[in-house]
Amino acid sequence: MLKLAKCAALNKSPQHLMKGALMTKNNQLIERLAPWIAVVALVVIWEVTVRVFDVPSFIFPSALETAQALVTYSGPIAMHSWQTFWTTLIGFGLGVAVGLVLGFIIGSSRFLYNACYPLLVGFNAIPKVAFVPILVVWFGIGSVPAILTAFLICFFPIVVNVATGLATLEPEMEDVLRVLGARRIDVLLKVGLPRSLPYFFASLKVAITLAFVGTVVSETVASNQGIGYLMMSAGSQMRMGLVFAGLLVISAMAMVMYELFAQLEKRMTGWAHRGQNR
Amino acid sequence: MSAAFVTFDDVSLAYDAAGNAIEDINLSIHEGEFVAFVGPSGCGKSTFMKLCTGLHAPTTGAVRVDGEPVTGPLKISGMAFQNANLLPWRTTLDNVLLPLEIVKPYRHQFRKRREEFVGWARKLLKTVGLEGYEEQYPWQLSGGMQQRASICRALIHQPRLLMLDEPFGALDAFTREELWCVLRDLWEAQRFTVVLVTHDLREAAFLADTVYIMSRRPGRVIERREIELPRPRALETTYRKPFIDLVQELRAQIGEVRST
Ligand SMILES: Nc1ncnc2c1ncn2[C@@H]1O[C@H](COP(=O)(O)OP(=O)(O)OP(=O)(O)O)[C@@H](O)[C@H]1O
Ligand SMILES: [Mg+2]
Repeated sequence: MLKLAKCAALNKSPQHLMKGALMTKNNQLIERLAPWIAVVALVVIWEVTVRVFDVPSFIFPSALETAQALVTYSGPIAMHSWQTFWTTLIGFGLGVAVGLVLGFIIGSSRFLYNACYPLLVGFNAIPKVAFVPILVVWFGIGSVPAILTAFLICFFPIVVNVATGLATLEPEMEDVLRVLGARRIDVLLKVGLPRSLPYFFASLKVAITLAFVGTVVSETVASNQGIGYLMMSAGSQMRMGLVFAGLLVISAMAMVMYELFAQLEKRMTGWAHRGQNR
Repeated sequence: MSAAFVTFDDVSLAYDAAGNAIEDINLSIHEGEFVAFVGPSGCGKSTFMKLCTGLHAPTTGAVRVDGEPVTGPLKISGMAFQNANLLPWRTTLDNVLLPLEIVKPYRHQFRKRREEFVGWARKLLKTVGLEGYEEQYPWQLSGGMQQRASICRALIHQPRLLMLDEPFGALDAFTREELWCVLRDLWEAQRFTVVLVTHDLREAAFLADTVYIMSRRPGRVIERREIELPRPRALETTYRKPFIDLVQELRAQIGEVRST
């Protein structure tokens, strides 16, 4: 009987998983290149549109002019980007730390979850720009308001995702552990936390882009450094090429960070994406 | 036979104002006994399991396990459900080891005795036919294989009480019969106490010493039936006349429950 069971089981070795790899190489290449093709297409459309309609460059610069500004002012742009980059990362880091802890606390108790969720939603509905004047009064013009705005805007998705991951534990799984004498903290550490990791990593992607938004918004009104400030002052001088160059740089940074965290997510939580790579 | 291991005295449980889910349960299960509960859906079989393991307290009456009144979740039982409920981020081996990370006294020895524990897990996985799959993840296993692993997880810490809530319900007939034999062999070897909830009368009659039949909600035990078939039982007996007659009698009793 047992032998039979083994034979039947062996027939289902992981070989069948490899069928997916038979996808033609061509298709894969095209799929990989698709985003770049889209970028090139967008730039071409941009350039052509501006030229065909003869839009003045102080209203909407062409792609070429933007590129020129990017090269000409590469020094200042690099400096301001660096400022934006590190303030964002600090704000994001704070957001992750606070988000994780708060999410863990809220998600670990049904009572807290129910009590705090509406509060969090209400807090999230406040436009974070509204905090900037307050932060300026408290901390003055500079990096601190930028960091804090980035933090305020990005911790919410992390809290919600971690808390939800913990709070939606299957009751049966909990029962299995409780009859072993598991305490609540055992259940949270052995099952709740690993289970909420995919939610957590997914939220990091969202949070990092939001953090950039927070920094730049704050910089435009309350700083004399950073990409936000650069764009603001260039705009007031009608140097639209430089403004657009700033836009490009900020979105490039956000994209790179997003991709970084997307990769991290894949690495850390491969088991949660099993449906796709089968 | 040894003294009563699990006793229920006039136990009733009402989850809410809708009335008793389970009512006037009086029974005793002795150590090493294999009992099966059958009854219509919603009659309170899973509720019985929760009472037995202390996951839920009775509204009236008393549950005693091993002479002690049950006040909180038992710490000596293993459980398996219709869903295997394996953790997808752990390998099969690590899933089976999970109870040893939690149950006393093993949890404090886990680091030191890990090698030894891994040995236990591998041995157990081998007996259920999962040799060679230790490092696979649960989602790389078939439903039946997951269920085998789930049973190993319920048994790794050598619990005195094994609770099985329709563990074979989601499996095809062949796999189910295979797993009956796996469970039978494990039980013959270790003689822990088993409470098995099932919809399948053949399963109950083949595996159990005693079959309890429950009525519709509010669930009461309406029949206690000792299965006298000699042990060890071979799967072939389930296709012979005495066994078939037995199942038909049980079936008739369930039929009465349903029609009243
Ligand atoms: N947590 C709960 N709160 C309220 N009522 C419940 C709860 N759990 C079960 N019930 C009710 O108690 C009754 C018995 O439920 P139980 O899950 O024990 O049935 P069961 O015999 O296991 O059914 P099945 O065979 O379908 O699994 C049902 O009527 C159900 O609606
Ligand atoms: Mg049930």
